[in-house]
Amino acid sequence: MSGWEQSAITIATFLPLAGALVIAMVPREKERVVRGLGIVFTGAAFLVSIVIALGFDYGVGSKLQFELDVRWIAAINARYHVGVDGISLPLYVLTFALSFLCAIYTWRFVPSPGKTKAFLALMLLLETGMAGTFIAFDLILFFIFWEMVLVPMYFLIAIWGSANREYAAIKFFLYTVFGSVFMLLGFLGMYFRSDVAGHHSFDLLRLTNFAAAGGFSHGFQLVVFGAVGLGLAIKVPMWPFHTWLPDAHTEAPTVGSVLLAGVLLKMGTYGFIRIALPVLPYGAQKFAPWIGLLAAIAIVYAALACLAQKDLKRLIAFSSVGHMGFVMLGIATLTSIGINAAIFGMVAHGLITGMLFFLVGSVYDRYHTRQIAEIGGGMMQKLPYLGGVLAFVSIASLGLPGLAGFWGEVMALLSSFNPSHAAGLNTGLFRGFMVAGGIGTIITAGYFLWMLQRVNMGTLPERWKEAAFPDIVAVEWVSWVPLLVGIVALGIFPRLIFGVTDGAVNGLLRLFGAA
Amino acid sequence: MNPTIDYHAILPELILSGTLVVVLVVDVFLRPPRKWLAMPLSFAGVLAAFVATLTLIGADRTTFGGSYHVDPFAVLFKVFFLSVAMIVLFLSLRYFREGRYYQGEYYFLLLSSVLGCVMMPSSRDLLMLFISLELVSAPAFLIAAFRKNDPRSNEAGLKFFLIGVLSSAVMLYGMSLIYGVTGSTNLYEIGKALAGHLGGQETLALAAILFVVTGFAFKVSAFPFQFWAPDTYEGAPVPVTAFLASASKAAGFTGLLQLMFVAFIHQAAFWGPVFAAFSIFTMSIGNLVALQQRQAVRLLAYSSIAQAGYMLLPFALAGHGVDKEAFAAAVTYILIYAIMNLGAFAVVVAVSRKSSALLIADFAGLMRNAPLLALAMTIFMVSLAGVPPTAGFWGKFFVFRAGIDAGGIGIALAVVMVVNSVISLFYYLAIPRQMILVEGPEEPMRSPALVTFVAALAAAAVIAVFVYPDLIAHFPPLSTLVGS
Repeated sequence: MSGWEQSAITIATFLPLAGALVIAMVPREKERVVRGLGIVFTGAAFLVSIVIALGFDYGVGSKLQFELDVRWIAAINARYHVGVDGISLPLYVLTFALSFLCAIYTWRFVPSPGKTKAFLALMLLLETGMAGTFIAFDLILFFIFWEMVLVPMYFLIAIWGSANREYAAIKFFLYTVFGSVFMLLGFLGMYFRSDVAGHHSFDLLRLTNFAAAGGFSHGFQLVVFGAVGLGLAIKVPMWPFHTWLPDAHTEAPTVGSVLLAGVLLKMGTYGFIRIALPVLPYGAQKFAPWIGLLAAIAIVYAALACLAQKDLKRLIAFSSVGHMGFVMLGIATLTSIGINAAIFGMVAHGLITGMLFFLVGSVYDRYHTRQIAEIGGGMMQKLPYLGGVLAFVSIASLGLPGLAGFWGEVMALLSSFNPSHAAGLNTGLFRGFMVAGGIGTIITAGYFLWMLQRVNMGTLPERWKEAAFPDIVAVEWVSWVPLLVGIVALGIFPRLIFGVTDGAVNGLLRLFGAA
Repeated sequence: MNPTIDYHAILPELILSGTLVVVLVVDVFLRPPRKWLAMPLSFAGVLAAFVATLTLIGADRTTFGGSYHVDPFAVLFKVFFLSVAMIVLFLSLRYFREGRYYQGEYYFLLLSSVLGCVMMPSSRDLLMLFISLELVSAPAFLIAAFRKNDPRSNEAGLKFFLIGVLSSAVMLYGMSLIYGVTGSTNLYEIGKALAGHLGGQETLALAAILFVVTGFAFKVSAFPFQFWAPDTYEGAPVPVTAFLASASKAAGFTGLLQLMFVAFIHQAAFWGPVFAAFSIFTMSIGNLVALQQRQAVRLLAYSSIAQAGYMLLPFALAGHGVDKEAFAAAVTYILIYAIMNLGAFAVVVAVSRKSSALLIADFAGLMRNAPLLALAMTIFMVSLAGVPPTAGFWGKFFVFRAGIDAGGIGIALAVVMVVNSVISLFYYLAIPRQMILVEGPEEPMRSPALVTFVAALAAAAVIAVFVYPDLIAHFPPLSTLVGS
């Protein structure tokens, strides 16, 4: 194995951190240099991630590639073990892509109160934490990257957020920490019950093998799945742990919302697929109906909540809860279709909802309000391009066939028609969830179209007639076009994702075949 | 018995003793504007003692008839206490020079207290322990009251003194009972005696242990013996508070570790639950009261009470088959806690030049006026809360690890600690919030170079230990004090 293969993902993951340090040293006055460095570093990291994706051997997606496994903390046998497989690669690349586009967007739009230097440094720090989560194959390493996103995101919301920012920021922080420390206790439980050649281990692959050989007792798996699942569920967030999300997403600055929705939420669902399922297969089987139930509730609840929203950004935030419900429903079926759908859903949601938050940010930039009633309709007359893109992305989000949002949802529903028999899941129950999810999609279509009717259609209110709003500007086009292309491309060629994930997902599900 | 004294083993203590006498004498001959020279003089002495301690690494020596040991545990803590002493000296220079205090006396008393700290981890005898502890405390009573014109400082010293004397008396009474039961003052001998048949004096032995533990509980400010700490911390000069909250507290824990894990280990089934209760109440009360604080030093005082609760947790795990891990977790936590706490106090010392009231509101706008200090303070607060990417995370991690490993009550305690950590975030974040989110008056802050240096050094250490925790976690397990 060449040095490049061993170091590539480490380089990509830590480039943003290096960027943050460099930016911190640039004098405050050199505003353009700071913004330029943000683009350069996120761009370089994105480029490396593309090279990794090109070098990835798609024939063996279930095999860990670009792997590096070195000693880190001898005292607890924690290792710096990183790599990518078919499950993590799409999310890994998505992280760099979204961060890069956010850096481009920041070239023109720095949220009040400015302080570009700190803003970009925190964003880059956040990027390292997010990317690291998707490559860590050691539980301690995973946990550290997982927690590393908290402090930057707290400040991004608390400093650059809107009116209620401090409340939202602390709520986000406390809620997530509360869940993740239980997750840590669960990891410690796994560690002490594991026995790999006479040693306890935090290594994900070794723990998976140990679990596959029946190393963890059933009672133990139930308890630990509860602890780890709580931490992951808060991050996703699953209903009823979702209450931090509408506040955080609504109050965060545009870039913060994009990264929160686009990447941060996926850390939770990814954790289920990467850790909870393979290491605790029995726990997963027993919890699956409950996860399915919460997911079904989330879908319907979020859709109903969206109908009642008056704030455009809060509406998008609540729609995230529903979309993550579909992802969790797919995971809960423990089938190949379901988990493939979940990963597809994560990437699609990252593109679509990330894009929606960009749009809301730009709408606010023009109108200085996010209240649907105050915008008052007629945006298609005033800002035809912005209105058109908003309509396009909203329709993608409600799951129109041919666009990215479709595959994740429809396949999640499809998989719940026939949940895993090997895992002993109740078919009738999951078909019930499917019906609930189906109802959710109808309401989702309803609230998106209603929102478009109130924002885009109708006559322009008097108060905006004279306003000098620019339509979509160059920087916005540059940062949005890749997302729009991605939404169409994934809709037409779902194999772009399924081709990558399928092998890895089937490898994972072999653990359940025997159970 | 004709004890031969191992002079190399006690070289650091000898150097310190010599230095503090020299400081006191030289002070007499210095004219007032030059009194501050006592600080570099003290620093030279501490540095020499530090170097002398380094020559003892890997040693395993006993002297004074087995009552004084220099082993990896002792050397680790001696290095730690001397490092803390140097840092406190750095923090003291400007503070005491500008405040026109009696500098010579101050450095003399501080060094005496440091000498007690340095003796503590070597003391393997009840009398030796008592002497060390008094040597730590008695000078501290005086320097806590060093701001003579401020009634709060007088109150600080007086409260500290009364509580200290009371706890010493209780402890001494317990020690005398232990001697009565076991016939020895040597910790190892006591351990052996208590392991055997006590001939009807079991209850007396347990009562005696309880007395000794109570005495130490005052020193480390464990609930319900914590109430002196906030008043004392608030009233004392800030560098003294930094010393009390890190070195003096750690010294209490060092003594407690030796007593519990060596002398009383066979009674762990009895005192384990006592420590579990201490731990739960100390961390919960500390955290809950800290939520209400408006004054920075009081906030840090309650924080240090809560932190003491975390440090007490591993004691509750003794006798569950994880003694070695629990012991290492406690030591690791104490060391990491001292780094981040000293750093936080360094920033407080800097801010105290601007506002002696030290309200949390006085931190407003620090990010603009002194970005380096504000950044460092943010790192310390995040670290005290135990959130990555900081060393505080590892401190908590090792305690969690020992708790989960112990199972049963250990898991329950770990869960309580988890909940407490989340609560603590709320007030720890209050200071960064003030520094960064609240606009303050725009006036560039000039902080003494040494203080800035300490803050930057501690912040760098907090990050470095996070990236490579073996920098600290490697050492505690080397201790031979606790058998596996």
